Parts: sequence; C-alpha cells; structure tokens
Amino acid sequence: MMRMTTPDEDLATAAASGDGAAFALLLDRHYDRLFAFCFRLTGVRAEAEDLTQDICASLPAKLQSYQRRAKVTTWLYRVAVNAAHDRRRRRATYVKASTGWGDWEVSRTETAQEEAAKMDWLTTAMQRLNDDLRDTLALVLDDMTHAQAAEILGVSEGTISWRISEAKKRLKDFKEKEDVA
Amino acid sequence: MSDDLDDLKAAMTIATPAPDAARRAENLALARQNFDTLQGSAKPLRPTSVIGQNALWTGVKTMLNTLTSKGALGATTALVACGFLFLTPTGQDLLRKPVPTVGTSEVDPSKELQRTLAQAPESFTTPELQVEEPEVIFSDEIIAPLSTQIEQLAAPKEAPRAQSEVIFGRTATLGYDNEATLQAAPQRQVAELSNAMPSGASLDSIVAAPPIADDFANMQNSDTEAYANAAANPVKVVSEEPVSTFSIDVDTASYSLIRSSLQNGQLPPPDAVRVEEMINYFPYDYAGPEAGEAPFRPTVTVMGTPWNAGTKLVHIGLQGRMPAVADRPALNLVFLIDTSGSMADANKLPLLKQSFRLMLDNLRPEDQVAIVEYAGSAGQVLAPTAASDRTTILQAIQGLGAGGSTNGQGGLEQAYAVAASMAEEDEVSRVILATDGDFNVGIDSPDALKAFISDKRDSGTYLSVLGFGRGNLDDATMQALAQNGNGIASFIDTLSEAQKVLVDQLTGALFPIAGDVKVQVEFNPAAVAEYRLIGYETRALRREDFNNDAVDAGDLGAGHSVTAIYEVTPVGSDAVLNDPLRYQAAEVSGNAAELGFLKLRYKEPGEGVSKLLEVPISEGSVANAEAQFAAAIAGFGQLLRGSDYLGDWGYDQVIDMATANRGEDAFGYRSEAVQLMRLAQSLSGH
Repeated sequence: MMRMTTPDEDLATAAASGDGAAFALLLDRHYDRLFAFCFRLTGVRAEAEDLTQDICASLPAKLQSYQRRAKVTTWLYRVAVNAAHDRRRRRATYVKASTGWGDWEVSRTETAQEEAAKMDWLTTAMQRLNDDLRDTLALVLDDMTHAQAAEILGVSEGTISWRISEAKKRLKDFKEKEDVA
Repeated sequence: MSDDLDDLKAAMTIATPAPDAARRAENLALARQNFDTLQGSAKPLRPTSVIGQNALWTGVKTMLNTLTSKGALGATTALVACGFLFLTPTGQDLLRKPVPTVGTSEVDPSKELQRTLAQAPESFTTPELQVEEPEVIFSDEIIAPLSTQIEQLAAPKEAPRAQSEVIFGRTATLGYDNEATLQAAPQRQVAELSNAMPSGASLDSIVAAPPIADDFANMQNSDTEAYANAAANPVKVVSEEPVSTFSIDVDTASYSLIRSSLQNGQLPPPDAVRVEEMINYFPYDYAGPEAGEAPFRPTVTVMGTPWNAGTKLVHIGLQGRMPAVADRPALNLVFLIDTSGSMADANKLPLLKQSFRLMLDNLRPEDQVAIVEYAGSAGQVLAPTAASDRTTILQAIQGLGAGGSTNGQGGLEQAYAVAASMAEEDEVSRVILATDGDFNVGIDSPDALKAFISDKRDSGTYLSVLGFGRGNLDDATMQALAQNGNGIASFIDTLSEAQKVLVDQLTGALFPIAGDVKVQVEFNPAAVAEYRLIGYETRALRREDFNNDAVDAGDLGAGHSVTAIYEVTPVGSDAVLNDPLRYQAAEVSGNAAELGFLKLRYKEPGEGVSKLLEVPISEGSVANAEAQFAAAIAGFGQLLRGSDYLGDWGYDQVIDMATANRGEDAFGYRSEAVQLMRLAQSLSGH
C-alpha cells in the first residue's frame, strides 16, 4: 500500500530488476489507459482487446529495455504503437501471402468497409485514415503534446503538427462527403 | 489545442468502451505470469520441465537471479566469469540454440557449461574481490535477458509450446497458427524477389517462413530462419538437354551458416546448404588473366570423381584480375545498420562495431563513410565523413545502440540518397546493409523492394548484405536483396569472418571487375551421356537468357575466384543412369575429343553490352590441389544435403581428401573446413 504514491519511473526500474509486485502495480495503474489507447489505435473493440493482450504478454520482456530517462507513459505508448504496427504488419503479410498482391488492397478495403458498417462515424472515419495519421491522432487525442507524440513515434514535432492538420482535413472531407450522400 | 480537436476528443472519449473486467483480470494475470516466467520465479506449470537432467540450468538461473538483486550483486568472480561466457560470441553460441535432443546429442550444452563453470574460480562467496561499479551495472542489465535464454534452454523442447498454449492463450494462436498457414505462401514472394530463379525451376523445396520482427514472437519461437534453396539439380541426359546455363554466385553466407550450426552442435538444415556458396567461400589460387585479356580467366580441369569411379568431374574455375590496389577508385560506403532491440546480442551489434573498426583501418583517406540506422527514431547517424577522420567515425560507431522497435521509415531510401550525394566521377558507391533479419527497411512490398534495388543498381550504387546472429535470420530475403543489388550476402558469425569479408577481401567485395557473369556449357553428346551441375540451384538461368543482356546475373569482384563443378558420365560408362530410348535414334556421331564447350558472358563495369569468352572442355589437364579441394567441398556440401549421388563415399573420404589438398591455406580457412567436416561426421553418427 505504501507504494501507491511511488512514481511510475521508480516502479518501472524496480520491475525491470525483478520486482514482481512493482510490475503488477504499474500495469494495474496503466491498464485502462492502455486499453483506451489501443482502442483509439484500432477502432475495433475486439482488436483493442487483442492488442492489449499482446502488449501485456510481451511487456515483461520489453520492460527489461526500459531506461529511466523516458517517462513510463511515453515509453508505454511507444510499446503500444509498435505492437499495433507489428500486428498490422503481420496481418498484412498474412493477407498478402494468402491472396496475392493485386487482391490485397481490395480485400483489405472490403474488410474495412464491412466492419465500418457496424461502427459509429468517428471510429469509422479514424479507421479510414492511414496508419501514421491514425497513430498520431490517437496520441494527441490522448492528451499527449505534439512533442511527446513526436518522441513516441520517432518523428519531428513539425511532422506531428502536419499530420494532425492533415487528419483533421481528411476527417472533415469524410464528413462532408457523407453529408452529401 | 484547438476547439475542433476538443470536440473530437470528447466524441472519442464517449466512443471508447470501458475495458472488459474479465479480460482485464486475465491480461493482468498473463502479464504477471510472463513476468515471473522471465524472472524465473514462477512455479513451473509442469514440475518436470525444469528439473531432472536440466536441473543444472535451473541452478544457474536461480543463482543469476539471486545475484541480480541489488544487494547480492556485491562481488562474485563467478558471476563475472559467467558474464564473460555470455558476452563472448562463443559463449553466446553456447547458449543460443537449445539442442532439441539433449539426451542423445554429441554436444550437450549443459555439459559444456558444466565444464566451463568448473573452470571458473570457485569463489561464489569470496568477498575480497571487489567488482568495479560499472561492471556491476553492466551485469545487471545483461543478466535478466540472459535468464530468459537459460529459461528456454532449461525447458525440454515440448515445454515452451505447451506452456505457451496455456499461458499465452490467444497470443499463442497468433504466433503459431499464422506461421503454419504462411509456410507455403511466401514461396511466391521468394519467387518474385529472386530474379535468379528461372520460371521453370521447381519452387517446391523453397522453405521460407515469414520474417516476424516482433520481439515477443521471437522470444517464443526463436528459430524463424528462412532459407533460399531449390531441389538439388538432377542428372540430365545430354541428348535431350545438352545445354546448361547459370549465373555465377559469389555469396558465402551459406558456408558461415553451416559453420555456425555445426559449432553449435547441430547439423545444418539441408535447405541451408547451398553447395556453390560453400565452394566459393574459399579463395583459390587459379591462374589469373594476363594484361590485356578479359578481366577474368577461365580454367577447366577434368578429373576423376571421388565418389564415383564411372564418372568425371568437370571443374571450371574463374579467376578475377587483381588490379593494382593503389589504382583503386575512391570508395563511398554507406552503412545501413539495423539497430532494433534484437541487435543487442553480443554477436550482433557489438560484433558489427568491432568488424567496422577492422575495416576502417583498411580504408584510404580519400574514401568516405556514412552511417544510417533504421530502427527507432534516428536516420543518418554519421554524415559522409572522410575515412581519415577516424575519431568522428569511431565515435559514431560507438554511439550506435540497439533499442526500440524497428521504425525503418525510408531507411533504405535514405541510405541510397546519402550514397547518391557522395558519388563523384570514377568513384564506387556501395550501400552495406547490416541486419539480423529485420528487413523492415521502409519499403514493404517485396516487388517494390526488388524494383527499387534493381533501379538503384542500374544507377551505379551497389548493395551488400551482412547478416548477423542466428534465430531470426532471413536468409531468403538476404539472398534476394544481394542478388538484385549486385552485391554479396555474407553471414558474419565471428570476428575472423568479419576479417575475411571486410578486410582480406575488401577490395574484391567492393570493386566489381565484371558484371552479369553468366556461364553456359554445351555438352558433346558423342563424349558425354549425362551431366549434373553441383549446386547453383538458385542461380539457374534459361538457355536463352545467356545472350540476353537484360537478364541480370552475379558480379565478380576484384581478385575473386568462382568455381563450378559438373559431374559428367562419359558415353559407354557403367555409371550411366538413364537407359537409351527405344524409339529415338541413339546414333550420335561426331568428334568425341571435346567433352563440351564452355561459354562465358560478362559486362565490363558500367557497360551495358556483354562480351563473350569461349573455351573448349577437353581432358588431359591435371587436377591440382585447388581443384581437388573444391571437389572435396562439393562432396561435403552434398553429404550435408543428403545427396543420392555419393554412394558409399562418406565423411572419412571427404576428410582425407580435404586434408590432403589444403595447400598453403594462409588464413586457415581450409583447416577450419576439415574441422567442420569432422564435427559433421560426429553429429551425423557416421
């Protein structure tokens, strides 16, 4: 109980050197936020659940490379973005391999459209953004500053600002087209 | 933050569902369980998985864990000794691969470790030896991942799978099932990637698992290597198919992979064996071209087949010219370095850094070096710098750190852009890609990657690929990249291999003297009934491609030699395998003095039109030790592939033959090969 006020970074350092209780506490503290972020990254509840599970499963191993100079939240978001990236890549590889190159994009778009019908406008629209824009938007919507998002995604702050304005522009486009239709 | 973003945010917050409580509990438990497994303190799911014959490993692991806790890290020389064992490439090798059949294997890693530990100072509790502070920190960082490795070693082969089913639930499904589904599919990718693969070649035997860059997947299934190979060339009947065409192959990666496997106490997978790469790993002292001749000279020798009295070997050796080293053009080298987390192992990034230093000493002041890394956030780490500015370059190398997942945004494009910015008239530019198998270099589609590299090759920048580490190495992609980029794929497993590739053969590896070298042999049906090309399966070309200058083939580097060996069955020999046909005229007339006719096509560097060299193949030459040694290696490679053509000929014979023909062997490569043959003999139980 005494640890409830221990800073994240201390918990992470302790966990990295083998303290199981610190690890459990740390993850418990961040789980809900992590799940919410995964949902923003994927836009689909089931996907978000799976992604969160991926991250939880691999977190102990990843934690060993945690270095104190990064904030735990920043680090965790980076882990999440990378895990999402890996999932997308695995899926893309799988789909590519099973259907061949030409069909891949078609099938991906079709799947996306089917799923889209079941969801509300915003998550649908976010799904239609490309991965970079969506990751960036998810971070910024999660109260990350542009500087933090830049650090997490490994791009410059200017790029983040550009992506956000681009994402807004596209969301607006989607909205307008939809209103016309 | 602007208003519309706030709206979005509010909408998003409403849209975001609360996490499912049950899943939350499951995931937290899963994470905790993995954490404990990693730390080694978990109660094993099956009590048998860590006790019994592997109990020693558990003991070591427990010891390491105990010592990892801050207080206990005081000082133990035994720990330092262990650390040394883990940190040296040999030590890593010792731990890297779980030997599946621990009980029956000739080389038992647990015994190896036991021996090593027995030699370590017996001072677990001796406090007087104070380990210096930095070393303690270093150990602290390094031990946790190591205990993972030990954990993997400790469990019997089936245990991780069984465990993962229980512990990892859905994740396990992802890891294994996807992979199983994918086993067949990437054939297409490989086929598309590798333009050396003729449309007619059988793709059945290409084994290529999809590269999985995810650390977690690697942790669970540490062996995701993919090999490029095709079924061994069959015996061809000369009257039906008199012409054999292929591209030269100057890669050596297959030999290093085989060495690494054997030294780990395992026979290499047959598909990892490419016989021609084994043969071409060794420098041979063939006669070089005279001044004014073609850039290389072919030497043809016909000799008896060691493994079959009824056949002969046609040995074709190409020796490239060694231009005066002083005349070599200035070099622009762009290193594209994978610094993803998995590169942290001692036999990857640290070895690369050491190798790099070796090479730096051999560059000239006018040469330029640049470094681009493709993991995490960084891009160009070192702007083009003159090789004379050693301090700057060494600092940049030292600063390379493995960390983070691969981001790879345009790593390859950036490397080529840097190379282009360095290029000047009469200079040679080369991108050198160093990786442990993560080819997420910024271009996702294999087709686009191939097109990109081929395009850059045509613009004059070459590509070489250096592979590091085992377990995740994507040999198939390495091959395809290097072949499309007119480069060499090498696998660097030891510092001496780095010395060979980056120092001893620096000139050859980096200066092509002949491009698109193709070999075509037409056999004379009056003299030869059947023939078989040994190796070069992945390099076969269509007959008509020989004269088509648009078809790419391998390049020959300065001073390099290339060897190809045919096994031929003379007309009338008892060893002829195919019966004559009843309904076709078996009448073959003509002069039987020549066995065949050798034709070679090559392009001068930078030229688009090929030149032709022709040499008749006839008996009468004496096989020297060089040709004999090449034949021995060909035999060794076929033994490792499990060839049907060797009869009773086995390891005893190949060892004798190789030993007798070691020649001068200035660098000990051939002696090492004999050692490997002996290892393979023990491991195969013959």
